[in-house]
Amino acid sequence: MTTAELVPFDEALSRYEPVIGLETHVELGTTTKMFCGCLIEFGAPPNTAVCPVCLGLPGSLPVTNRAAIEYTIKIGLALNCSIATWCRFARKNYFYPDMPKDFQISQYDEPLCVDGYLEVTVEGQNFRIGIERVHLEEDTGKTLHVGGATGRIHGAEYSLVDYNRAGIPLVEVVTKPVTGTGSLAPLVARAYVTELRDLLQSLDVSDVRMEEGSLRSDVNTSLAPIGATEWGKRTETKNVNSLRSVERAVRFEIERQAALLDAGERVVQETRHFHEENGTTTPGRSKEEAQDYRYFPEPDLVPVAPPTEWVEQIRASLPELPVARRARLQAEWGFSEQEMTWLRNAGATDLVAETVAAGASPADARKWWLGELAMHANKDGVELSSLAVTPAQVARVADLVKAGTLNDKLARQVLEAVLAGEGSPDDIVAARGLAVVSDEGALTEAIDAAIAANPDIAAKIRDGKTAAAGALVGAVMKATRGQADATRARELILERLS
Amino acid sequence: MVAELTQLTAAQIAAAVASGEASAVEVTQAHLNRIVAVDPDVHAFLHVAGRQALAAAEDVDRRRAAGEPLGPLAGVPLALKDVLTTKDMPTTCGSKILQGWQPPYDATITERLRAAGVIILGKTNMDEFAMGSSTENSAYGPSHNPWDLSRVPGGSSGGSSAAVAAYEAPLGIGTDTGGSIRQPAAVCGIVGTKPTYGGSSRYGLVAFASSLDTPGPLARNVLDAALLHEVISGHDWRDSTSVDAPVPPVVAAARQGDVSGLRIGVVAEFSGEGYQAGVLARFNESVELLESLGAKVVEVSCPHFTYALPAYYLIAPSEASSNLARFDAMRYGLRVGDDGVASAEEVMSVTREVGFGAEVKRRIMLGTYALSSGYYDAYYGKAQQVRTLISRDFDAAFEQVDVLISPTTPTTAFPIGERADDPMAMYLADLCTIPSDLAGNAAISVPCGLAPEDGLPVGLQVMAPALADDRTYRVAAALETALQQRWGGPLLAQAKGLS
Repeated sequence: MTTAELVPFDEALSRYEPVIGLETHVELGTTTKMFCGCLIEFGAPPNTAVCPVCLGLPGSLPVTNRAAIEYTIKIGLALNCSIATWCRFARKNYFYPDMPKDFQISQYDEPLCVDGYLEVTVEGQNFRIGIERVHLEEDTGKTLHVGGATGRIHGAEYSLVDYNRAGIPLVEVVTKPVTGTGSLAPLVARAYVTELRDLLQSLDVSDVRMEEGSLRSDVNTSLAPIGATEWGKRTETKNVNSLRSVERAVRFEIERQAALLDAGERVVQETRHFHEENGTTTPGRSKEEAQDYRYFPEPDLVPVAPPTEWVEQIRASLPELPVARRARLQAEWGFSEQEMTWLRNAGATDLVAETVAAGASPADARKWWLGELAMHANKDGVELSSLAVTPAQVARVADLVKAGTLNDKLARQVLEAVLAGEGSPDDIVAARGLAVVSDEGALTEAIDAAIAANPDIAAKIRDGKTAAAGALVGAVMKATRGQADATRARELILERLS
Repeated sequence: MVAELTQLTAAQIAAAVASGEASAVEVTQAHLNRIVAVDPDVHAFLHVAGRQALAAAEDVDRRRAAGEPLGPLAGVPLALKDVLTTKDMPTTCGSKILQGWQPPYDATITERLRAAGVIILGKTNMDEFAMGSSTENSAYGPSHNPWDLSRVPGGSSGGSSAAVAAYEAPLGIGTDTGGSIRQPAAVCGIVGTKPTYGGSSRYGLVAFASSLDTPGPLARNVLDAALLHEVISGHDWRDSTSVDAPVPPVVAAARQGDVSGLRIGVVAEFSGEGYQAGVLARFNESVELLESLGAKVVEVSCPHFTYALPAYYLIAPSEASSNLARFDAMRYGLRVGDDGVASAEEVMSVTREVGFGAEVKRRIMLGTYALSSGYYDAYYGKAQQVRTLISRDFDAAFEQVDVLISPTTPTTAFPIGERADDPMAMYLADLCTIPSDLAGNAAISVPCGLAPEDGLPVGLQVMAPALADDRTYRVAAALETALQQRWGGPLLAQAKGLS
């Protein structure tokens, strides 16, 4: 199957109705691992954050991390779920070198949270996404396949395993099948993961970084002819590591499955891999050769029975959730719906809020984060929040512009220097001698020189073509190495040539 | 004095060490000498840690000399089953797949023994991964019964039982999953206790069946067993199935040894066909003896005990199939077939094929099957229901009586090789002990005489509700005292297998 065998999206949706579903794994930001006391440290040298328990050494036993249970209940409550009064962990059995025990402690038919929902808005339409379950499990180690072309196990010369990640608490949020989205399906999928990410962030239970794998989504897609009573066979697309990819994966699967169905072929129920570089999916292991995980209740752990008072305490401690917060901020900032959406998509809502809190105007905060800084983040392929600049620094830069010390061009230079680690905005302004030239003597000199060097332009301006002044302003800026106040320069030029 | 040190009880040794009558080093050396003398015949030990044992003994002597307080078993040597991790000795579980593996950590039991000044002489033989009733499933060859070297010492804790019965150590640690402490204790003529499940920590016990595994003491008399029981018991946060409750007063009960007014139930189901005549004869005599000591004896029916064996052989292998998955050649232990070409899956498969013995493979297959989708409800699920019914039988029985008693095993020690090729016959050795494991309550086996037909020891089992371990000691001690009066000394004095 090649990408040529696709049905254009709109055409596909004219004949078929998509059903989507999402399974999202979230690494919890607890201090220690799920079943042992190892500290969770991102970037620790391989196999240093390990102990007999998370290495699954013979004789070792797991002990449940109370904080992980609490975080999961928090997530469940924020997703409007019922919290089980009694539930158990189960063993999921399969052999793989990155699984220290060759079984994963997970939850099977007795999850901690069930039956909730999350609301998202797409193009003005509200969708209530049903949440089937929220359960808790342990992460596996990380395998690095060395040699070979694909980085996959097949063809690799050898593989290295780092067990630092083994045993990190992982929450899985599973939606119910989402129907009735029609052509909005890809956008709804994306909006759901975005909303879930923001929710988890507000709960402070995870750093939810998709690039680093702390939030990973599997996307299920199926198609059925419009009006059909049964759903089609679904595929499960893995390796979907950004919000944009979630949208693209659904879109591609709709186009691909429509082509199969149009040709009278059958969609194979299988796991597929998403390819970031071209937005396509290819088959992984098919369900035909699916494993029998032989789930059974984990006998090494006692059941989890969160007391009602505890659950209510957690409920009472929930922070303001994103939907409410966004509504409040939108009102406070006076932004449009569209402007708020841009902020969210860029992951900038919190950054703007903090920048405003540090003294910047909402418009300035938005301008810098979505402009210069977003460009940098994009270029480096990182999240805005991981840029080496703080909201307070951005607010200071905005402040310097407002005070007339910097113009926009100089402000961009200052931000770049901050990102390069050269210090605070004030340090950089001082060190580089960056400040708008407000000494009219120096400015007048530069203007006179520019007029003298460009007599024809000067003539045009004298003739009333004031738009030509831009060229002279440019020359002045060049002569002052950008440090002139462009507005003032223009005023002076027009004054002289009037 | 030194020549007799190995004949002393644990309590006597501790007293001698505490008073300075004997040093811990002398005691330890005497037992190491005994091991050198008899273990070539008995093969109780897989690993003798003489250097570490003497160092530990020196430490006890130093602490005594410094006037530091010593625990009730300080300076007493012990034989540790090779299923509990030890950071200074190998831990093989009787399996080739763990040959040479030295754990980086001590089991909680190991830690507590060391902290109490108990001297660990070494690691004892066992059926591979505790699966068996004879030690014949050990990858390192069987242990021999000190009463008759051509017979099995029982299992899976046969190495520890044989060591204690052969005076190589006054104390042993075993683990009981389906009877693996009580059955070898019975056939070796010693005392063995399965504490309440969760009463002794499983942290560092290489799992066979997690919901059943229980470490416990082996000793030549009831008081010694109780002393060891207290040292190893108590809550352990590292084992979440560990019971957070005070340790039952087992030592006081062992000293009390009084059954007057106690209601004792004889399990009706554990008699009749399949039971050796001499076993039943000794058991019945003991029942009369208990009655004569003032106990009220009644017969109690526990109808579901009949299903205990099949339920056990679904639950235990199911858990084992998962617990033993980790032996995959990736991180420790044996690795076979890693030629640089074979895939990880192939290496796992070949290693497990070579590294596990026949019985272990049989149980992994049984368990894998029982947990498979489509079979789970019919096998594992049904067995769990039976388990509940067995617990209810116990609950009902304990409303009528304080303890239940039965023979510990249907027969005395069988000849090495007799049941090796007949798994079903082997499994029957645990017929009477399995219900207590499934219910997780307390049980003990105490010697009750020799079967007339073969002159081999018979054990009597006392079962009590969970956390009422003291009751089992009370009955066992009373019976022990009365029987020893009749015999004119300990039963083991009659053993002829070893000079």
